[in-house]
Amino acid sequence: MSKITLAKGLNMGLRKAMEDDPKVLLMGEDVGKLGGVFRITDGLQKDFGEDRVIDSPLAESGIVGTAVGLALRGYRPVVEIQFDGFVYPAYDQIVCQVAKMTFRSQGKIKMPMVIRIPFGGGIGAVEHHSESPEAQFAHTPGLKVVACSNPVDGYWMIQQAIACDDPVIFLEPKRQYHADKAELDESATPAPLFTSRVVRGGTDVTVLAYGPTVKTALSAAEAAAGEGKSIEVIDLRTLSPLDMAPVYDSVRRTGRVVVTHEAHVNLGMGAELAARITENCFYSLEAPVLRVGAFDTPYPPSRIEEDYLPDLDRVLDAVDRSLEF
Amino acid sequence: MTQQQAGETPGFGPDLVEVFGPSQQDGGPELVQLLTPEGERVHHPEFDLDFSEDQLRGFYRDMVLTRRIDTEATALQRHGELGIWAQLLGQEAAQIGAGRALRPQDYVFPTYREHGVAYCRGVNPLDLLGLFRGVDQGSWDPSENNFGLYTIVIGAQTLHATGYAMGMQRDGVVGTGDPDRDAAVIAHFGDGASSQGDVNESFIFAASYNAPVVFFCQNNQWAISEPIERQTRIPLYQRALGFGFPGVRVDGNDVLATYAVTQAALQRAREGQGPTFVEAYTYRMGAHTTTDDPTRYRLSDDLERWKLKDPIARVEVYLRRNGLADDDFFEAVQQEANDLGHTLREGCKALPDPQPLSIFDHVFTEMTEELEQQREGFDAYLASFEGAHR
Repeated sequence: MSKITLAKGLNMGLRKAMEDDPKVLLMGEDVGKLGGVFRITDGLQKDFGEDRVIDSPLAESGIVGTAVGLALRGYRPVVEIQFDGFVYPAYDQIVCQVAKMTFRSQGKIKMPMVIRIPFGGGIGAVEHHSESPEAQFAHTPGLKVVACSNPVDGYWMIQQAIACDDPVIFLEPKRQYHADKAELDESATPAPLFTSRVVRGGTDVTVLAYGPTVKTALSAAEAAAGEGKSIEVIDLRTLSPLDMAPVYDSVRRTGRVVVTHEAHVNLGMGAELAARITENCFYSLEAPVLRVGAFDTPYPPSRIEEDYLPDLDRVLDAVDRSLEF
Repeated sequence: MTQQQAGETPGFGPDLVEVFGPSQQDGGPELVQLLTPEGERVHHPEFDLDFSEDQLRGFYRDMVLTRRIDTEATALQRHGELGIWAQLLGQEAAQIGAGRALRPQDYVFPTYREHGVAYCRGVNPLDLLGLFRGVDQGSWDPSENNFGLYTIVIGAQTLHATGYAMGMQRDGVVGTGDPDRDAAVIAHFGDGASSQGDVNESFIFAASYNAPVVFFCQNNQWAISEPIERQTRIPLYQRALGFGFPGVRVDGNDVLATYAVTQAALQRAREGQGPTFVEAYTYRMGAHTTTDDPTRYRLSDDLERWKLKDPIARVEVYLRRNGLADDDFFEAVQQEANDLGHTLREGCKALPDPQPLSIFDHVFTEMTEELEQQREGFDAYLASFEGAHR
């Protein structure tokens, strides 16, 4: 067993998927020689060749649109959108074509495509490099949306997404790429892709998180434990479809929920989660579902991004408000 | 030092309006033509071909049947049997010429108006009607005839075509020298689509990877109400050079020339020489769709002028003048067209409506638990009505 970063986990997962299936192709801007701007595809072009690790022209719609054609031809393209804010030129292809091909063809066409998007903030970047567009894709029928939060999940989830016959929007918390390391046991059996997971047990409040906020939630739980408050943290992992069973189970025990994500609160994942929890756990709730996310403003200049993003204190503040309700 | 001419911008060459504009309505000097509107066989230094008598009669039959599919569908829309129909009247030669140039292993990415190409590929015309009737969104299996589903977002399919062609390259079916193996892709689109980002990106990707794709643009002069002058200031085929591959303008109302040029372009692609842009210069004789009213934006003079260039009439003149077909032949084709019309009429009315619960099928390859729950809820709701139909 070795300790790896998220970047390494994803890189190893991509390599494994390419070894396992010759139809798997990687495509994107700078993914070849450079290994991607975050080095997620480092070394893969050297080992798998330019036909399988394809440096593309600088055109996101072109990347996704040609990947549709490759998928129609029987390939399993994995495309990299360099930064979250650059996905919008490809939005039409993703929403009108990728998401609808299987439905349009009454199941005759499969669209086994993975669209990898580094998302979230915290890296001191300029505009368009720190966004969280997940709700826009989770809102689109026909797309599956997942977010990994740690190196081990990165390794397994990318392989599972590639093996999926439906299109998957694969969100990677870029702030975590080269941060915390974790032990990877390549012989382990991973949990199914579209499942949520309790990552810390607790009895007082349930905190729902995914991607970059899982770490925030875990830190908050640790801090709260020092004050005698027991927080249960669930890493949602899958945003569409949602895996609500572990959430309902937790809420029925704690009666209090805080959802945290880096995306804007308005019509974000938290809104959908709050609605579903209210519908299904109404009599278990001791407080309204609270949301901790970014403000409903464009992403600010990076010098104040840590004020904008949900952090440990804002999560704990919401936990307190929930407990006091 | 030369004196600057009045009206000339220094250093930028001639005004492009002189290159393109109303004076070019005949398609200009670059237009490849093998059969004139008067039915006279002419020759071309690059794209000439010998056509067999069977081929010539076949083109005629194809175009008459295609026109019948189109007029029948238009009538069905008028009778309320179709929600809408996208007419191809006047573009039969462009579509049959392009469609017949294909080999079985080639792959077609159509817009929503490629009824003639669909017919050439063996797609049942009734399947085309299903989409416009609203009983499905394209029911044919693309892999059966290598004919993709109709794409309604303008130009989106040109990228799919390019990606598919990149897949062919990786499958080793390009430039092997084996005519039964080497394959190419043809992407159909119109003059309006040429303004779309996706079309321009597809040109860049295809050029960059030297993908085996033919970009076949039917320039029918109109994008609903917008004339070609709103889309471009130079002839469309000339744009190809800027992307790094050849462009050709062919008389899109001349089935022989369209066949010859498309075949050459496909062959070039199959041999691994990369993309070609074919501009089939034609005219949309009908409305954009059955919901459109062209009298609001274009002059009937234009229509009258283009009527003289009818793609079917010129082949008939040629066949008759050269004794290649007699009255019996023309009558037999007419009878076949009538029979096809009848089949479509009856078949269209008999197309069953989909069941409401089918909405949930095929969103994904396997239904998710979320959708199963929604389906169950909707099923129970429907069942709560007397005489529920589900």
